Order: sequence, then C-alpha cells, then structure tokens
Amino acid sequence: MYAIKVKNISKNYFSKESGKFAGIGKNLVIADTSFKSSPLGVGGGISFDVKRGEIFGIIGPDGAGKTTIFRILTTLLLPDRGSATVDGFDVVSEYKSIRNRVGYMPGRFSLYQDLTVEENLNFFATVFNTTIEENYELVKDIYQQIEPFKKRRAGKLSGGMKQKLALSCALIHKPSVLFLDEPTTGVDPVSRKEFWGMLKKLKDQGITILVSTPYMDEASQCDRIALIQNGEFLKIDTPETIVKQYRNKLWAVKSDTMYKLLTDLRASEFTKNCFAFGDKHHVSIDNVQMTISGLKELLEKKGHTNIDIREIEPTIEDCFMQLIQG
Amino acid sequence: MYDIIQQEAKKVITAVNLTKKFGHFTAVDNISFEVERGEIFGFLGANGAGKTTAMRMLCGLSIPTSGKGLVAGYDIENQTELVKKSIGYMSQKFSLYDDLKVWENIELFGGIYGMNDIDIKEKTDELMKVLNFENERNKLVGSLPLGFKQKLAFSVSIFHTPRVVFLDEPTGGVDPITRRQFWELIYDATSKGITVFVTTHYMDEAEYCDRVSIMVDGRIEALDSPKNLKKQFHANSMDEVFQQLARKSTRIAD
Amino acid sequence: MILLLMPIIQIILFGFALSTEVKNTEVAVLAPSNDDASSRIIDKINASAYFDVVERIHKPDEIQPIFRDARAKLVMVFEDHFAEKLRKTGKAHIQLIADATDPNAATSFTFYASNIITSYQQELQSPNAISYQIIPEVKMLYNPQMIGAFNFVPGVLGMIMLLICTMMTSIAIVREKEMGTMEILLVSPMKPIYIILSKITPYFVLSCVNFATIMLLSVFVLKVPIAGSFISLIAVSLLYIFLSLALGLLVSTLTNSQQAAMLISGMGLMLPVMLLSGMIFPIENMPIALQWLSDIVPAKWYISAVKAIMIKGLGITSVLKEVGILSLMSVVLIVISLKKFKIRLE
Repeated sequence: MYAIKVKNISKNYFSKESGKFAGIGKNLVIADTSFKSSPLGVGGGISFDVKRGEIFGIIGPDGAGKTTIFRILTTLLLPDRGSATVDGFDVVSEYKSIRNRVGYMPGRFSLYQDLTVEENLNFFATVFNTTIEENYELVKDIYQQIEPFKKRRAGKLSGGMKQKLALSCALIHKPSVLFLDEPTTGVDPVSRKEFWGMLKKLKDQGITILVSTPYMDEASQCDRIALIQNGEFLKIDTPETIVKQYRNKLWAVKSDTMYKLLTDLRASEFTKNCFAFGDKHHVSIDNVQMTISGLKELLEKKGHTNIDIREIEPTIEDCFMQLIQG
Repeated sequence: MYDIIQQEAKKVITAVNLTKKFGHFTAVDNISFEVERGEIFGFLGANGAGKTTAMRMLCGLSIPTSGKGLVAGYDIENQTELVKKSIGYMSQKFSLYDDLKVWENIELFGGIYGMNDIDIKEKTDELMKVLNFENERNKLVGSLPLGFKQKLAFSVSIFHTPRVVFLDEPTGGVDPITRRQFWELIYDATSKGITVFVTTHYMDEAEYCDRVSIMVDGRIEALDSPKNLKKQFHANSMDEVFQQLARKSTRIAD
Repeated sequence: MILLLMPIIQIILFGFALSTEVKNTEVAVLAPSNDDASSRIIDKINASAYFDVVERIHKPDEIQPIFRDARAKLVMVFEDHFAEKLRKTGKAHIQLIADATDPNAATSFTFYASNIITSYQQELQSPNAISYQIIPEVKMLYNPQMIGAFNFVPGVLGMIMLLICTMMTSIAIVREKEMGTMEILLVSPMKPIYIILSKITPYFVLSCVNFATIMLLSVFVLKVPIAGSFISLIAVSLLYIFLSLALGLLVSTLTNSQQAAMLISGMGLMLPVMLLSGMIFPIENMPIALQWLSDIVPAKWYISAVKAIMIKGLGITSVLKEVGILSLMSVVLIVISLKKFKIRLE
C-alpha cells in the first residue's frame, strides 16, 4: 500500500556548498537567528507517506530542505533522528536493497557528458543488470523524442533533452519508486509541461514517483503535495484540498496603474495582504463585509481607472504564501 | 542609418540585424529591437533559443558576426569597455562573493565601476536602510538566505546607477514572497530611470514587463506588450502565448 | 601561506640539503700488505670529507659482495707488498673500483681519490730522490661506458608511474564526485568496490604499457641493459604500480574537487619524489632528517630496487628489504583508502 514511509526524520548538517547549516526537522539549527526561522524545539521531525503509484510532489523554494529529504530516502545521507522505509526496506539498515531497486535523478543533470545518448542509456541499463531492449516499452515515449540524436554526446544536448535522457536512464531498469529531485528547474515552460506529461504516463504504469520542484504551478499535476519551507512541511494534502482550506476571500484586481494599485490595496485596512500575480494582483480580504463593488468604489476614489475585480479560486502559490506568513 | 540611431537618446538599447554565428551554426539570427529608457523589457525564449548569446553581445562580452547594436549610446562592437561601464549585470549563477561581508561586496563592486569612496559610503548607508539590512552589514554574504542574497545582488548591480541593468533569470528557485519583493525592487529601479532587461522562465513575471520579446530558434518571433500579445494570440496568459510560439521551434537539441 | 613558504623551503633545501656534490662516499679497502704507505693513504682518504672508510676486507672475492650489498661505492685495492714495491721500484698500483651506477658521482669520487693519492705522492718526494709514482687504476663497475641514462631511467620509471597511477586515478574518481555521477552510481546495485576497480583498471593498463615502452626505449635506444632478471623487474614494478594506484585512491578520498586532487598529487607527491627519492640528488648527502623523510617516499625504495636489478644485475633476494617495505606501504594505503571511501554523501 505504501511505497514510502517517513517517520519523524530530521537531519542537521553544515553544507559546504552554501556555507551554512541546512537540513530538515524542527530541531534545525539556524546559524543566524536574526532571520525569521522555524522555532527550535525538541523532537518533531518530518513525517509523510507516499502511496504506491502516487505522484507525490515536494514543493518549496531553494534551501527549504527538498534535496536533503531525497538524499535520505535514496540512502545517500543518514538521518540524525527518525526512520524511513522505501518499498518496505529501512533506509539505514537495508540500504543495499533500496539502491538495487529505485530510480534516482539528482538535482544536476548527472549524466556522462562525453558519452553519447545511446552509451549513457546502455551504461545505466548494464549497471542495473538489464538491457535497453528489456524495458524499452517503459521508456519508449520519452526516449523516442531523443532517439534521433542517439549518437550525439550528452554534453551537447539542450536542457530539455538532457532531462529526457536523465529520466530515461533513471527508468531503464523499471524501478518501483522514482526519485526526481528538481527535474524541471531551469528548464523552459514548454519542456516543463512535456515532462509532466511523461510523468503522468509513468504513473499509469504503476510507478511511484516522488518529485520536487520550486515551481508552484506544477503542484496541481501531483496527486498529493507537501509544501516545504525552512526544513519543515507546512502542509501535506491533495492540491484541491489545500486550495479549499485557504482562509479568506481571494480577489484578482486589475487597473490601469498596477504599481499604484499594489500600494493602495496594501494600505487598505480590509486587505489581509496583496501580491502581484502577473497581470493581476491577488488580494486576500479578511473582512467579511467588504464587497467587490465596495472595493471598486474605494479604488475609483483613489483615481484608478478601468478597474476589474473578480473573485478567484486560490492557486497553490497563494496558499503557500499564506502558510509562510503564518 | 547609424547616425539616426546615434541621435535617438531616448533609446537605451538598439539592436539592428544582430547576428551571431558559431561556425555553421547561427545562434542569433538577425534580430532587431529597441528598448526605451525606464522600460522593463522581458527577454523570453526556450533554452537554446539564443537568449544568452544575444545578451552577451549586448553586454559587450561577445562580438556580433554582423549587425549593429548600441547600448547606452555606445557601440557594442567598438566601444565594449564603455558599454560595460554603463551597465549593470546580475545572473543566477554568480552575483556576489560568499566569503566577503555585505559591505565589502558593495565596496568592491562600487570600486570596480569607478565610484569614489564618499559616494560608496553614502550609498551603502542608504542601501542598508532601504533593504533593512543594517544588522547584516558585517555578515558574510554566504550566510544569508537565498532571497536576501538575490535582493542584495540586484541592489549591487544597480549601485553605480547604470543606464541599463541586465538580469539573467534572477529569481530562479527563490520562494514566492521573496520573488515578489524582488520585482518591487525592479519597479523601484525603473522609477529612478534605470532600464531593466530581464530574462525569466516564470511566465507570470513576463506580465510585469512593459514589453516582451520571445525568441525562437535565434529569431524574435514576437515583440509587444503582454496585453497586446495575449490579444494577438488569443491567449489568456503569457504562458499560453509562449506555449504557442515555442511549439514552432525546430531547434530541438542544440 | 604555502605560496610564501615554498620559496623559503626550496632555497634551504637546494642551498644546504640537496646537492649533487659527493660527500661521505663509503669506501672499502683491501690492503694485504698492511704497511705504512698504504695505511697513510687510507688515513688521508678517511680524513677527507669526501670519504668514509667503512670496511677492511682481506680477500679479493670479498669485493663483489661489497658492491652487491651496496656496502660501499668505492673499493680501493692496494697491490701486494705495496710499500716495498714503491720503495724498490718507484712504482706501485692502487686499483680504484667504483660503482658507476651514477656515472657523475663515480667520476667525481674517483677523481677525488686520485687527487688524494697524488698528494701523498707529493709528500713522499724528496728533492734528490727518484720520483715516486703511485698509479691509480680506475675500474667502473656496472656502467663501464658511463652512460648517464643508467641513473635516471629508474628515476623516470618511478615518476611516470606515480604521475599516471596516482594523479590520474585520483582525478578520475574525484571527477565522478564533482560531476554528480557518483551519486547515481552509489544509488545502484553496483558495489563500491567495482566503482573503484573500474576507475583503477585503465590506469593500470596504461602504466603497464608505459613500463614496456620505457624498457624498450632504455634498452634499445639508450643502450641501458637489463643486467638482472627481467621477471624480477616486472614483479617489483607491478608492486609499485599497485602502490601508486592505492595512493591515488587515498588522495581521492581526501577531496571533492579535481583541482585539489591534482594539486595534492602533483605538488604534494611529485615534488618529494623528485627531490627525496634519490632520483636526482644522492640521498647519502642529505642531512639526517631528510634521509629519514626519504624513507617514507615509496619511490625511493622502488628506484633502489630497480637500480639493483637492472644495473647491478642482482636477483630478487637482494631487494627483499625494498619489496617488503613497498608491500607494507601498499597494504597500509589500501586499507586506509578503502576505509575512507564514502558510500554516502556526508
């Protein structure tokens, strides 16, 4: 039933890359306490479960702890506290079994740049004691897009192509669980969409997928998501439920003078907060009595023209920001 | 033609038939556009479409194969050093030195751009106040959270009040609140007359721009305000516009 | 810091410690007549800073073992009834048998020895007496043609193996870490030992090929013969290759950046090898402290073994000490590296 089970995991370490403390769990040590940080406490690590065949997304910005979770689950890091199992195997004591059966795509495009597309795929197939032919059906949809370039060196592919190759290499041995750490970061929106389409097809084949991303709009593509910030999960649920749990009304407001609109909306005592969202501003109203026409009047008095206000359903990004602000 | 361009002082960036070839491969194919003072100009495109190459030419880092360009009134081919002095630059990959303190970084970059000590000191104090960084003045940049680093990096890139600042995917991986705070800094900069030339993969950020250009396979396939582009492509969002255009790309794996 | 210390260290080393000058050369003496003239000469030799008389032998067949066991570099053989012959006939002979493995050194000390003999000769001269002539006969062993290559071929072998095996192996492993592919390899059925073996094997093969090339060139182009058993030479070299690979593995566990790996292998290892292994500067001339230091440089033992086998024609039994030390070093390095090889990312 559960492909991954995580119980109270926490990990604190000094990352040489970023030059400061990183990690997950409430007992996270923040080197510099002048910044808003999670409360220090005893116990309380991260816990979550992933059902078999689910696409579970970990959504959050850089430095939130996504990669730490991935590294613990793929047995590359030992947790300070807590336990976790993947496919029923413990990440600490039975790490060899996990390493034999999962697919992993780490943050950077970790392929052999000077091997060709074909050679890379062959290599990873062999390392996992299989061949390309054996599981070709599984990677076909993805691989066919880069197959015309199979004799080209991996280093010479574009970002989107490298991604597809990396995904194929992670899949070629038919893993039961797929770990994808920020596979779409730095890739253009079109390739990103295509990638998620491929993930959906994999889910249909029964593969459990744990994926992380900083792009909030990709959250809706997952079955369930966990929002992460500063080493803690803010919420774990389906995207729909999270959206439903958004407190306050949410309105999208437009006018001819967007920057002025932003300051005016923020100054108003009826708005909880207001953020720019592309060509509209999202305003969260916490006064039940305020109406759309009421706000429109207020703005007209301030000199705004061509005012457009609609009630909208919150996006995951709205929810995330509300949760950060507490 | 060249003389006319020279006279247009309102235009901070002018590109005329800019082309860059690497051997047989044409990275940038005959692009032409203008950017006015105080504009926020979005420069979009898929990876490999030619954005980075184009930006490098405009920054004076790469000589065009053909075509002409003026940045802050200086020729990007013959006056590269003058171009570099008049611009600011910030990219996601590198911005500040992690093992220097906040004020040391500011002093360094101020000095590089030829500011004198008094100006540097005054503006540093001002900047610390504006960003609410007074307590962090003496901290190593490497110890700051990513969002703060990005905001500081942007401020440093415009510290010497350049005519135009080039931002290469400045908000990648940053949390949504900090991202927006970053854009508020951008708005503030343009209100001071600094022109902002920015590339991004966040389509909602494209909406914050006055005008947007979308590059496909080395050519500019669309150039207009987000509003007009959406009308032109019958789209509800810049994301849709982008999806429609990028589909046309034939340059799949360069 | 290092950049400031290096020049200081180098000046001190080159100025005081390392020199190609030949001092304290060990001398063995065969003087059957044991008379006043030969004793006088022997004393003069011993008094000189260039020589140290370490042994008196009594029979000609004891000469070869001296060289074989490297107990002395020079053997002085006085004629029978030396003083008598000198007084009666005015002429006597002293044979200077030199170990010419290092032809420059051999030339130097036979020259010094001849000078000392000549100065004694001057002492004997009285104004109206017959001129005495003590004739030194120089015989160069092992390298009669005084080919300089004899000395540096073993040195080059030692250095090349180190370079290829240690530096390249360490860089290859660290590159996987730097590129991120090591992560994927770890999260796979591939046992870490296979990761290590796969990195080591190409450089092992390369070193063997290099060894063969250097041997071919030495023998056929430089005319340095292999006086001893070729099999022994191969065996010792394989041991040294193995040691260098283990060293490369150890270096790779110390750092995550290719640049650092290159610096450590390059500067950290090459320099001591070049300076302290006896390849260029004779170890005997170094201050005691440096001589001890040179004992931990594996190349020193390898070069010593190669010289013994290749140039002196000795068998494997004569280099048991070197083989033993190299084996011990290899085992220690392998054990430490395998222990330090991380199967996780911390």
